[in-house]
Amino acid sequence: MREVAVIGTGMTKWGELWEKSLRTIFVETALLALKDAGVDKIDSMYVGSMSSGLFVGQEHIASLLADYLGQTPVPSARVETACASGGLAFKLGFMEVASGMSDVVLVSGIEKMTDVNGHEATFALGTAADQEYEGYHGITFPGLYALIAMAHMEKYGTTREQLAMVAVKNHKNGAKNPLAQFPFEITVDMVLNSVMVAKPVVKVVGMGHATDTIALSSRKDITWLEATYQAGKRAYEMAGKKPEDIDVIEVHDCFTIAEICVMEALGIVEKGKGGKAVEEGLTALEGKIPVNASGGLKSKGHPVGATGVAQIIEITKQLRGESGERQVENAKVGMTQNMGGSGGSAVVHIFEKE
Amino acid sequence: MPTPSRYWREIPQRYRFETNQCTKCKVKFFPPRLICPECKNQDLQKAKIEEKGKLLTYTIIRVPPHQYVDQAPYAVGIVELDDGVKLTGQVVDCDFDDIKIGMRLKLEFRKIYQEGDSGILCYGYKFVPE
Repeated sequence: MREVAVIGTGMTKWGELWEKSLRTIFVETALLALKDAGVDKIDSMYVGSMSSGLFVGQEHIASLLADYLGQTPVPSARVETACASGGLAFKLGFMEVASGMSDVVLVSGIEKMTDVNGHEATFALGTAADQEYEGYHGITFPGLYALIAMAHMEKYGTTREQLAMVAVKNHKNGAKNPLAQFPFEITVDMVLNSVMVAKPVVKVVGMGHATDTIALSSRKDITWLEATYQAGKRAYEMAGKKPEDIDVIEVHDCFTIAEICVMEALGIVEKGKGGKAVEEGLTALEGKIPVNASGGLKSKGHPVGATGVAQIIEITKQLRGESGERQVENAKVGMTQNMGGSGGSAVVHIFEKE
Repeated sequence: MPTPSRYWREIPQRYRFETNQCTKCKVKFFPPRLICPECKNQDLQKAKIEEKGKLLTYTIIRVPPHQYVDQAPYAVGIVELDDGVKLTGQVVDCDFDDIKIGMRLKLEFRKIYQEGDSGILCYGYKFVPE
């Protein structure tokens, strides 16, 4: 397998972006990534998007976006695993370069969520849960994570204050991120390749991808994210790293309880100790293992399909030392964890500065 | 709006609690499956789920999907039935303050929602105190 590195990134400010269409957001951001990487030719493209069909009524966006970026006839594919779509797009780009099939791949995550009204957007997001056996009974996404939170509080004594501290910490970090904005809307992009460039090379050293039941009620333990555990285990094995080797990590805090459960599943803290770790400042920017220096989904925003790629951009910038006020000192090894639904899909990547 | 067939084909499990289980490892599924995720056995037999169990977790939904707007706020929980099957549904016929993790509940056949004034009346199960 060939070595693979992130050679350039691009991200525009997230927001409602009423004046911009999905294709415009994509092209603006992709051009930033191409410029940052110093390439004008790519071999292939992957687009992570959860639901362009429900959000903008447009399927087949892989070719549409390749066309508007002026890149046809390069092969382009859109991939979907709910909110883990961006992470999955990166995985496929990584595999394509690692296999030797392509040298330069443009990986992007995009979601335009303000072209439909609130009810329609809620419906579109709700399709990531089991429609027949969860959605049918009136459960929502905040509701599903509330079920996890209530079970975690009952089982481990995690408190509401500890959950709130996750949000407080992430907003503190997000305030230092010029691209973060609470109302979502994004474009993200990045290019990978195995060629040395002037900036510090950020290599992809580990990758894991796993699934779990999408219905929460079908799981043995409601408080445990098995797909994240499995994806993390594979990524650690491939990278030859342990949880204590990670200097900075971006996790999928779609809700505060999610960050706590993810830290436990990735072995950053012991099972049941996630709430206490936040309370003690272990995961703060100046803590032992800074979690979500970017502000996380909570403060940076969460245009669902784009999130996984934005996490990788944050880690790339952290390892390059380009994160300004929110820079984690001496960060050499970074990790991203992206998940879909209530944890039914998970993608984990590990990066190392050369 | 979905076609009636999408609703109609779920009736055996939603109305009559019919499902299936693995003939080898005896794990009971809900809803029914075609292959056992534990032992990969495809030889499955018909089964019914127990109608009583205990509440594992719950939450109060205050911002509902559009078809439930007239019902909010309402409680949704996950119940573990006495045969180990876990399922999601609304907890009704009790005050929110009286809902406690671990409480005994039973399944009852109830109306779930209505697809507009001229649409399908959707039925299924809800949980009530035992």
